[in-house]
Amino acid sequence: MSDDIKGHRGLEPEVTEKLRRQAAELMESVEGGDYARSMTLINELSDVRDQSLYQEVGRLTRTLHEAIRNFQIDPRSQEQKEVLSVMTDASDRLAYVVQMTSQAANRTMDLVEESMPIAHTLRDEAVVLREEWQRLRRREMQPAEFRELYGRIDAFFLSVTKDADIIYNSLSEILLAQDFQDLTGQVIQRVTALVKEVEEQMLSLVVMASHVDQLTGTVHQIDDQDVSAEQGVGPQVKAEEREDVVSGQNDVDDLLSSLGF
Amino acid sequence: MKILIVDDFSTMRRIIKNLLRDLGFTNTDEADDGNTALPMLKSGKYDFLVTDWNMPGMSGFDLLKAVRADEGLKTLPILMVTAEAKRDQIVAAAQAGVNGYVVKPFTAAVLKDKIEKIFERIQ
Repeated sequence: MSDDIKGHRGLEPEVTEKLRRQAAELMESVEGGDYARSMTLINELSDVRDQSLYQEVGRLTRTLHEAIRNFQIDPRSQEQKEVLSVMTDASDRLAYVVQMTSQAANRTMDLVEESMPIAHTLRDEAVVLREEWQRLRRREMQPAEFRELYGRIDAFFLSVTKDADIIYNSLSEILLAQDFQDLTGQVIQRVTALVKEVEEQMLSLVVMASHVDQLTGTVHQIDDQDVSAEQGVGPQVKAEEREDVVSGQNDVDDLLSSLGF
Repeated sequence: MKILIVDDFSTMRRIIKNLLRDLGFTNTDEADDGNTALPMLKSGKYDFLVTDWNMPGMSGFDLLKAVRADEGLKTLPILMVTAEAKRDQIVAAAQAGVNGYVVKPFTAAVLKDKIEKIFERIQ
């Protein structure tokens, strides 16, 4: 791609040659007083300019088309084929990523929320039993109390077995819920590749446009757009490489305490 | 202690809700942006607000300013839990009267620490 851009940096040699020839002819005809011929030559000159522009734009359109056509996921499994065949553009794909990650997060949290109270109950019962057990060891327990403890310990062993199974199964389902990473990873990689390609095509468009600007003598006034941070700009990537961005909670705390918080 | 959690992602609301429950705060409500949150705050007698910054509709920063500008709400403690990490933004939030600022991704310990600090300062 960079070779391609370099190749377009100057005008095509035959175009330069044509321009040079026509310019010489134009000089000749103006000096010779042949104004009709001069006008025709000026028109031809601008035709050359237009044509090289059309050629460049045509080339760009073709490469963009190719990029979009290439943006298809090779379905490896039947399941993916069904899911992915319905998606035709990058935003659909990204929406699919949001949906998959949200499903996985909710499934994981469902299982965690089911498991937490079980772990809690187990712990509470173990604490009670341990206290009773200490009393038994200190021989502070009446026979009736011991019979009750005996039953309770038996029930506890049963529930430990059952609850450990439940928690184990939840953990293994949580593990499986992470399979979204494979699918979303593939989708994001495809979208990233498309964005990169489009970026490169845009760059060559900019280079081409600068040729046209050179030919027409156009100068653009480009204003720096000041993006307002008030609405929020989302997470910062490469925060550690930037001065205006904090790289973690410690930075936030330092900044706030420097402000007197 | 009644707490309102404002975030446009239900996953994040759920995480914060769970962490708050572990800290002993069980009375929580949820809203998905400032526009839904503000009427709830005005009618709901909340003691604490946890809000994200970047949300469609009304942002957390606008919500912060709206709360501080409201006679009935202006003393409500506000903790911002957000991915917004620009220094300018944090300074702006502090100047607008935020009580704490937690940057995502965060840990349960950080959230606990900031909430405790806020209540220490209030009492």
